[in-house]
Formats: sequence, C-alpha cells, structure tokens
Amino acid sequence: MIARRHFLQAGLAASALWGASGFGNWSRLAAQQRLGQDDLIGTGGPGNVTLIHITDIHAQTQPIWFREPEINLGVGEAQGLVPHVTGAAFRKLYGIEDGSPLDYALTYDDFVALGREYGRMGGLDRIATVLKAIRAERPDALLLDGGDTWQGSLPALRTEGADMVRLFNALGTDAMTSHWEFTLGIDRVNEIIETELDPAFLGANIFDAMWDEPAYEPFKLFERGGTSIAVIGQAFPYLPIANPSWMFPDLSFGVRQERMAEVVQEARDAGAEVVVVLSHNGFDVDRKMAAQVPGIDVILTGHTHDALPEPVLVGNTHLIASGSHGKFVSRVDLDVQDGALKGLTHRLIPIFSDVIAPDPEMTALVEETRAPFKDEMAEVLGTTESLLYRRGNFNGTWDDLICNALISEREADIALSPGFRWGASLMPGQEITREDVFNATAMSYPEAYRSEMTGETLKLILEDVADNLFNPDPYYQQGGDMVRVGGMGYRIDIGQPVGSRVTEMTLLSSGEKIDPSKTYVVAGWASVNEGTEGPAIWDVVESHIRNQGTVSIDPNTSVDVVAG
Amino acid sequence: MSFSRRQTLAIMAGSGLSVMLGGRMALATPTEELIANFTGGAEITGEGLTLTAPEIAENGNTVPVEVDAPGAEAIILLATGNPNPDVGVFHFGPLAGAQMASTRIRLAGTQEVVAIAKMSDGSFARAAQEVKVTIGGCGG
Repeated sequence: MIARRHFLQAGLAASALWGASGFGNWSRLAAQQRLGQDDLIGTGGPGNVTLIHITDIHAQTQPIWFREPEINLGVGEAQGLVPHVTGAAFRKLYGIEDGSPLDYALTYDDFVALGREYGRMGGLDRIATVLKAIRAERPDALLLDGGDTWQGSLPALRTEGADMVRLFNALGTDAMTSHWEFTLGIDRVNEIIETELDPAFLGANIFDAMWDEPAYEPFKLFERGGTSIAVIGQAFPYLPIANPSWMFPDLSFGVRQERMAEVVQEARDAGAEVVVVLSHNGFDVDRKMAAQVPGIDVILTGHTHDALPEPVLVGNTHLIASGSHGKFVSRVDLDVQDGALKGLTHRLIPIFSDVIAPDPEMTALVEETRAPFKDEMAEVLGTTESLLYRRGNFNGTWDDLICNALISEREADIALSPGFRWGASLMPGQEITREDVFNATAMSYPEAYRSEMTGETLKLILEDVADNLFNPDPYYQQGGDMVRVGGMGYRIDIGQPVGSRVTEMTLLSSGEKIDPSKTYVVAGWASVNEGTEGPAIWDVVESHIRNQGTVSIDPNTSVDVVAG
Repeated sequence: MSFSRRQTLAIMAGSGLSVMLGGRMALATPTEELIANFTGGAEITGEGLTLTAPEIAENGNTVPVEVDAPGAEAIILLATGNPNPDVGVFHFGPLAGAQMASTRIRLAGTQEVVAIAKMSDGSFARAAQEVKVTIGGCGG
C-alpha cells in the first residue's frame, strides 16, 4: 500500500521539475532558446531503485520524425481513457500548452510546423547521453528494454538483428522481452540468446507448444541499492496469430493471466521486494492484467506505442508508457522500504535530437553498424510533397502510398496493408531514400501477394481485424491498428459486435458496392501464410516512387468511422 | 470406451482418473440438453471450478483447455459452437490425486467453451470462457 502522502510528494517533485505551470514551462524555455539538455533529463525523485525503460524502438538508431496518432479509439472500459486520448484533449488532460515541445512530441496537430521548429526526435547516441546522465546520479540503474528492438530498419533486416543486439548490449541493457524478435525465426532468436545477447531474455508467457512448459526464463532477480527487484518478462501474447507462426512453430504464447499470478508469487517467495513487469502486452491488456493480478508494483508497458507523461495507477500497480522509435526514455525512481514500494517518481524524457548532445562513442558504434549499408540506404528514390505517417487506427499517408504502389505495380482492384504501428514519418518536401522505405516496411515476410478474393472474404478480413482492435475485452485485442485499404471504401461502427461493424464496402474506381459473390483482384503484403509469393514490398514501393518521381497523397476520406 | 473423436487428446493427470469422451451422444445435441442430462436438471449454484483456455486460439484445430475442480466427481466439457458440442466427461474416482484434466479440442469458430463440475456434495459448478478463432495477421 502506498500512502497518499507519497503521491503528493511525487506530484510536488514533478511540479518542481517541470516548473510552476507544469509542462508549460518548457514553452517559455524554448521560446527563450533556453531549452537545454539538463532541462530535458532533469534529476530523479527520492528512492533507492532506478528503472530506465525503452521500448518498441523498431531498430531506429537515427533521429527521426514520428507523428503520434490522430485517431486512437478506446472501446469498452477503455473508452475515453488514456492512451485513447489524442490532440487537444490530450493537451488539456496533461496541461500541455499548444505549440510547446511536448505538444509536438506527444500529439499530432501542426506536426509539420512544430517539427520544423523542434527537430527530429530519438537517436541511440542521444539516448546514450541520457543514460550516462542518469547513471552519473544512479550508477546501478536498471535498463529495461520492452522489445520490438531487432526489427524495423534495413541494417537490422540484413544483419538479422545483430546490429541492434550489439548496440543494446553497448547501452548496458539488463533485461528485455520480445515480439517482432521472433519473426527472425526461432533458430536465429535462440542463436542470439546463446551467443550474442547480454541482457536477460525474459518471457513468462512463452511456452513450448507441445509440452505446455515454459520455454524461456520468466523473470530475473536484481539486487540494487540493497533491494531485491524482480523483473518479469511478458512477451506479446498473440505472436502466433498476428505474425507467422511457421517461423516459431513450437512456441505458444497468450496472456496467461494465471501464469503471471504464479510468477509474481514465485518472485515474491524468492525475496523480491518490488515486482516489475516488463511487458509487451499492449496498454489496455496491461491495464486489465494490473486489475486482475495482485502484487505487481510497476508495469513497463509496450507494444501499442503509447507515450504518457504520467503513470496510470490501477489499484497499487503503476503503468508506465514510454512511446516508441526512440522518441522517449522513461525514468522511474522507486522508494522501496521494509520490503515494499513506498513511493514512485516518473519522468518521461523526450529525446529532442537537437537539444540532447550525441554521445560520441555511441555515434561511432552506430555508424559502424550502418557502414556496410550506407550507400544503399542513402539512394534517393523520389520526393514527397505530403507528410508521410502511419500511426492511427485507420489509414495513414504512408500506407496510402503503399496501397497506391500495390494497386499500380501489381495491377490490383484493391490493396491491403497491415495495421502496423511502426514506421517513421517523412516531412513534406523531403527526399525519400531507400532507408526511409525500409523504415516503413523492413521485416522478414515482405512478399507482396496478388490474389483473387470474393467480396465476402474481404468483408470477413475487415471484420476479423476490426474485432482484434475494437473487441471491448482487452484480452481479445491484438494491439495493431486497422488493416489499411486501398481502392475500397467502407463504413465502420466500432461499437457493433464482430460481423456487424463493417458496412457499405465500395469499390472506389467504379463507385459500386462490393458484391459478396464477385471476385476482386487484391494485392497485399505481410501475409502470415507460409509460401506466400511475390516481390518484396520495398521493391514494389521503390518502383512506384521512381515512376512517380514526386509523390503526393490526397487526404483519405474512404473510411467512415462511427464511434462513441 | 470410445476415443473416436478426432483431434481430441486427453492428458490424464493422477491415478484413478477415467475419461469418457463424448461418443455416446451420436447426434448433435443442444448444449442445454447435454447440461440437463449431466445435472439431472439440478440448479447450478456451486463454486470451485476453474476453466483455463486461451482468449484467442493460436490454432483452432488444437486448442488447449484445462479444467480443475478440487473435490469434483465429474466434469463435462462443452464446445457450444461446434456442430457436436459434447467434448467429453471426465470422471474422477476416489483414488484420483487431483480433480483436474487438460485436453486439446478443435473449435469450429469463435465460441464459448463451457465446463460443468459435479461436486462430491451433489452441487454443480459452472465455468465458461469465450475462445476466439481468428484469421489473424495484422498485429503490430
């Protein structure tokens, strides 16, 4: 039980750090050109244990643009709750001034204008600087990586994750959990764990499918500042469903709530004074798990790419959301006394790449991992007139570009592009390099298929994916966004049950309603089926961009969303 | 004994456990009727039965399901959305080390899996879980 007093203290500490008017202080600092590295990194709170959380970096070693979602709908009990709050409502909730650095970092409005003012975010060398500053104060801080680390860039794809393993070893990572890691294939994952990886690879919910026995270490006990801390790993529960199970055929995942309760108890029995879950469940799943499984002090959430400036408290469990793509690092200071958590201070540190100085050693190491691919990545394929972004429940402009490429290059009626939440943004006027295309497409099952589907099958796919996103019970959600569609419009009422959400499917080229019995030519990528054939999606997109020269994406009005 | 049901694999735990898989009801019978036959029409008011199944099936052809009811004499397992919902009845004799069983079942689609336990005091307990069978592929 944490005394209310401690929260008041934590609140006061945070206010002191952020300045009297909360986050608004940053706007003034920025306006006065005084927003400095020390203001961003700050200092920690009271306590004897410090956690540093990075998650879902998707192999982004360089500073990037990343526009946060405009549409992020919550359903069931999560309706209207963070992280399902965006834009002005988000700023109001956290007292963020319009046009301030945190507005730019955490919301979507005026992204282009604010981006030009505040610059790119992230970069592993900047993150290294932040880690050094925290460790100067707290040398034994634990660095915990929530996974989706080894996938998402051309170098990570070509080296099968070796570059990211090396870089995260160099950062001094203590433990990690996983999701996209397994799309390298089970043999490669085990090779990395056995021969390359420094951090503990944790996953309490990863089981051998045949014998239903734990396949990886569920947790690790760390001794820090005289305190015993258990870090429990929770991998993405729906790997064999959302990603190709044939790549890791002998593994079973799942939320496995009872298993989590057992492991928490096991950790307590082993002497843990504080229990931290390093999770890749997704925020809503973690919120439910926190309510159902007693004894978890902190959940470091991941998978759904949410960044929240304050912890969310569920019972006695603190949920921390640290964003994605290296945009943020969370620092969490725990005050553990007499074998229990007495207080918690949290700081979401935005990695403004123009403010935080790069760490020269890490810059050099990152450059070393990129060097073999430098020329290939730097090749300019064309220019974009539009902001290209992906994140949001429905189509983003990056996916519209990919769908346009699939329709034109594969001569299809309709294109489907998966609702991935990863992929950096590009600014209007920016040249599109091959590296940029890989940042939005690099993964191990990229074949762009071309097949025939009936209208009935298309409806089934849309309904199925919609239920993975909008099922009112978080344990039935998979954490991706809605499948992106090109060449076809539809109406979706997210509050309906599965089978009844999607209506008015319309072929955009003719304006005709989709006929359930008629067959359409559909192109897509990232099929989970083994043996999918077609050119790699990045080649399809590259060819399209080269043909276009300059790409421009019109606002997408083909999805009519009914919510609330 | 009839073990004819395809895709059903029972893993027996403890001695004294016998398994009667559902071959008896040769024709598809509604779930309510199967429950009524099992309970003899008694009200289901008891507690103490835990049903463990995945929220989303990784493979609808082989879904692991576990039932656990300390002190139970028998547990019936029903896949309510299958053409033939009766998966089987687990009987626990007096020498059974534990009144739990796990098996893998095939599910025709998203549906509720239901278990009813007959406790030694004559009461009945119910547990249910929705198991979603999905085509998957877009998580991210």
